[in-house]
Amino acid sequence: MQRVLKGLLLPVMVLLFWELSARSGFLKAESLSYPSAVFRAAFGIVADGSLFKSALETFSAAVGGLAVGAAAGILVGVAFGLVRTLAGLMRVSIESLRPVPSVALIPLALLIHGYGFNMESSIVAFSCFWPLLIITESAVRGIEPRLLEVSRVLKFGPMDRILKIVLPAALPRIFVGMRLAAAVSLVVAVTVEITANPMGLGYALIVAQESMRPDRMFAFIAWIGLIGWALNASLLRAQQRWFGKMGNWAEQSP
Amino acid sequence: MTLNPPYLVEPGRGLSHATPVLAVTGLDYTVGALNILKGISLAVHEKEFVCIVGASGCGKTTLLRLLAGLITPTTGRVEYRGRQVTGPEPELAMVFQDYGKALLPWRTVAGNVALALEARRVPKDERAPIIRQLLERVGLDGRADAYPVQLSGGMQQRVQIARCMAQAPQVLLMDEPFGALDAMTRQTLQDEVARLCSDVGVTVVFITHDLEEAIYLGDRVISMDKHPGRLSETLEIALERPRNQLTTREDARFLAYRHHLFNLLPPGH
Repeated sequence: MQRVLKGLLLPVMVLLFWELSARSGFLKAESLSYPSAVFRAAFGIVADGSLFKSALETFSAAVGGLAVGAAAGILVGVAFGLVRTLAGLMRVSIESLRPVPSVALIPLALLIHGYGFNMESSIVAFSCFWPLLIITESAVRGIEPRLLEVSRVLKFGPMDRILKIVLPAALPRIFVGMRLAAAVSLVVAVTVEITANPMGLGYALIVAQESMRPDRMFAFIAWIGLIGWALNASLLRAQQRWFGKMGNWAEQSP
Repeated sequence: MTLNPPYLVEPGRGLSHATPVLAVTGLDYTVGALNILKGISLAVHEKEFVCIVGASGCGKTTLLRLLAGLITPTTGRVEYRGRQVTGPEPELAMVFQDYGKALLPWRTVAGNVALALEARRVPKDERAPIIRQLLERVGLDGRADAYPVQLSGGMQQRVQIARCMAQAPQVLLMDEPFGALDAMTRQTLQDEVARLCSDVGVTVVFITHDLEEAIYLGDRVISMDKHPGRLSETLEIALERPRNQLTTREDARFLAYRHHLFNLLPPGH
């Protein structure tokens, strides 16, 4: 409790300083607003439903893109991890596509999908594909060779081998990749909304800015931060819950 | 007591004319220019318990992997009941030395045993009683829901043995299964495995570097030389079963076998 209070000391001081200096005219209140106004706006956007609506739009685009991109990344990663020649053949193509910034694809995505959910989630999918491809490939390469021998001795076919041995063995590390990609998905979704797509939290930020409502803007920023934190915390909890009891086998493998 | 030259001793079980369960003929195994195994010929008969002893690095594990079909010989062939072994066979179960790596850490004890039943396509509702029975046999009843990390080394090896038995194997290939265990656990497991194998009537090829373990468990002990690895001598073990950790190990014949093998494979050889 004492530690929490100590930790809160600085933020409270900063907020107080902000409030006082904005009210006294030391800071420009019309561009930076002040904390009490931000708090009022934060409750306001909850009360009028605009936060819920925007958050749902951003969240569904982020999660939709994450699901598609991660699934594709895991699939390709498993294939590359198991079949070295395939990975070798694709290496150059992959390495030349990967450095393309996902934001640079916004014009292309707009041409293909127009505005809306599809355009946004396809860019999220592109950016989530890479971390999962790389992590899954190395996780599959790192599987204890003895386990693959066990599956050979038991004469599992390729499907059983992947489902019963390879994927579970790589799962803890794939999950770490999911946590990385989840953070990326939210950032990319909001970025796309700010730069191009008129929906979600990013667009709400732009609207607040253009209508000279810095209090609303800060309120949305605070909520975005909170959603990101909650997403990561829940994934972390899930990770501990699912893999904690069995010992973290990914950490033991070479 | 004196021993006849062991290689003159007949198998003595009236089975030598039957098709051996496992037959190796003129087998060489080379990696690059390196001769790992040279001129191996070996026949293992029905329900026999054959122990292969040799110093570390003599290629015993490689020989076992060849028998299991995990690798293929450079020349020569391995046959299982007269049929050439070209890859792993479900009837040949392999007990690896490093039990910690051979178990699936995300599955419980029961789940690990179930893996072999899934491989055999045993229907789901028939698995539970088989698993219960097998775990009881290896002394793991009550631990079915534990994860491998929660078990001691000896218990983990018991899980692996139970999983191999779940394959319903004809042959059990064991690669120094007790090498990493403490002396007490090792002796307990020796007795359990000996009993289990004779109850089930499975043929066993057992690799070890422990001479006494080989004599204690085997119907036949084969010693290996190294550089290149080759079989040197065969010793028929005429000790009655069931054997006893105390009386068998004090038996004059046991000591004579030990003496003989010790001269073949002195420590630091």
